Amino acid sequence: MNKNFILYAAILIFGLAAPFLFPAFKVQLSILCVLIVLATTWNIQGGEMGYNSFGNILFYGLGMYLCASVQVGMFFPLAEWTESGGEKTFVHTPTQFFQGMAVGLVVAAVVPTIVAGLIGYSILGLRGHYFAICTLGLGVAAGEISGGIEIIGAGQGFTTPPFPNVGSLEARGEFFYFLSFFTLVLTFIAVRSIYSTRFKLILNAIRDNEDKAEAMGIETMKYKIIGWMISAFFCGLAGGIMGGLVGYIDSTDVAFDGREMGVFMVLMAILGGKGTLWGPIIGATIFHIFKEGFWTFFLGWQYVALGVLIVVIVIYFPEGIMGWLREKYPERFGEVVDEKDRKAQVELK
Amino acid sequence: MDFLVFQYPMITLQACLDGILLGVLFALIAYGMALQWGVMNIINIAQGDLVILGGYIAYFMYLYGIHPAWGVIVAPVIMYFVGIAIYKLVINKVVDRDLFISILATFGISILFMQLMNFAFGADVVLANSGYGTTMLFDNNVVLPNSKIFSAFISILFAICLVIYMKKSKLGRAIRATAQNARAAKILGVDTEKVYAATFGINAALCGVAGALISITFTIHPYMGLPYTIRSFMIVIVAGLGNLPGVAMSGMGLGVFEEFADYILGTEFRIGSVFLLLVLILVYRRFKLSRKREYLK
Repeated sequence: MNKNFILYAAILIFGLAAPFLFPAFKVQLSILCVLIVLATTWNIQGGEMGYNSFGNILFYGLGMYLCASVQVGMFFPLAEWTESGGEKTFVHTPTQFFQGMAVGLVVAAVVPTIVAGLIGYSILGLRGHYFAICTLGLGVAAGEISGGIEIIGAGQGFTTPPFPNVGSLEARGEFFYFLSFFTLVLTFIAVRSIYSTRFKLILNAIRDNEDKAEAMGIETMKYKIIGWMISAFFCGLAGGIMGGLVGYIDSTDVAFDGREMGVFMVLMAILGGKGTLWGPIIGATIFHIFKEGFWTFFLGWQYVALGVLIVVIVIYFPEGIMGWLREKYPERFGEVVDEKDRKAQVELK
Repeated sequence: MDFLVFQYPMITLQACLDGILLGVLFALIAYGMALQWGVMNIINIAQGDLVILGGYIAYFMYLYGIHPAWGVIVAPVIMYFVGIAIYKLVINKVVDRDLFISILATFGISILFMQLMNFAFGADVVLANSGYGTTMLFDNNVVLPNSKIFSAFISILFAICLVIYMKKSKLGRAIRATAQNARAAKILGVDTEKVYAATFGINAALCGVAGALISITFTIHPYMGLPYTIRSFMIVIVAGLGNLPGVAMSGMGLGVFEEFADYILGTEFRIGSVFLLLVLILVYRRFKLSRKREYLK
């Protein structure tokens, strides 16, 4: 406990000091926070519950569009804003911007949660690969359909309100960094407290054998929906922040980017280790560093590298980093290993 | 949409005929999907990208002055070896594993192919012009490009050949035996590894044929693969594995649905409606199955 406390304090202090230590990487660090949030929340139903979803991108994109729309629509007519495109006819005052952002983020978190609850009963009844493909379809359908809706910019995209001119030039980066870092801390606390309750055990029971869990008297559907709603809440929040950070929303390339962000969150969780608390965090960090390095040095080949990376990770490294560590040092994870058992396993191999 | 059906019978007829001719192509792709799903228990997300790659082969023949219709013969031969290569490199490591692993691995292949094609062929929408002209029906009210009729004819021909091959040949028998019970087939001396490789190769070859036909009749683009995967997946789950007439019928049904969605909602919602239909079908299937479970109670 004591050791953990020091660890958390160190991470917190590092997180708070990071934008001042590495001022050039503020945007990257904010994106990293968002990625960790996405990977961690994907892990709730992907890793713990065993429902591998490609569709969390739906909530992410929904949150992104909702946050920006609310932020604009609270003060100005939305249709005229999107029509004017890049040339701004309306300017947010700082108060309007922050008020809009606050309300927008609340809406961006709450509405996807409700959507997840509403569609959960139908979608979560699907099992295995049907669920995976169905959620994949859901994400792509949302992207295609939002690309045809005029009021949110249709094909030409939606420019989010520019950051108002307050204080120094650094203010924008710092604001978004602390916003995303705060969300990350919130997510971590929430997920950690969820994982220490009976709820996590129920999710694991669903993953291991859903029919048996049901036979044991667990209302599996209820818990599945709750698990998905928790995911949706944080995905929406992350989407809202990311929309403001990127500054431009496009239906298929930024918001409902199933080919990129939708796969990233799955990949990050798998790279770190599905079904662990720290796995997605480690996975997201490594993935982000790798990705940015690759993006910078091999510009143009990044998606080729991504495709190869997915195949390699999935085939050769499906347990992830935490899974590998767990196999190597089971004692550290509180698992009691019988020496005889281990020997027998070695002989079997 | 009764106003459309009764007031504009010619448009309705046009949409139906277009849809059926298109649906035959979908059915051909879906047949490949059903084959590998049934035999190897793998869902190949890269299916659509194999189709597009086949299309580019025909397109390149067109660029070099060869009639693209010959692509129907060349593309499957090349794609067969591409399929074998993919099997040897990736698929044989995921065959016996969790289905999600295979979905994710093929998703990676799909992204890889998409980008490589984007590099190699550029991000333009291209079309191999076959110069076949058009057929006019009903006082020139219904226009059918001959290339579409040609493509439907060729796909039916390939499907029939494949069915006969599956029934009669030794490899076909081995594939069917492996699909029924891989372990038993292994015991009886079937080299399942070879069968899997051949199945994936045949699937890729089918995709090649379909792609070549698509490049003649419609357009191809490096990023257009995923909708074809989703369409074939949808056709297979509606028809069921190993139900060939069902695959043909639901393929045509999907084609007609798409044409109508195109007319009624507008072209920008066409792909969206396909994906939405997939979600609806899966949800319908889930409720139907859960009702069955309640009967058992």
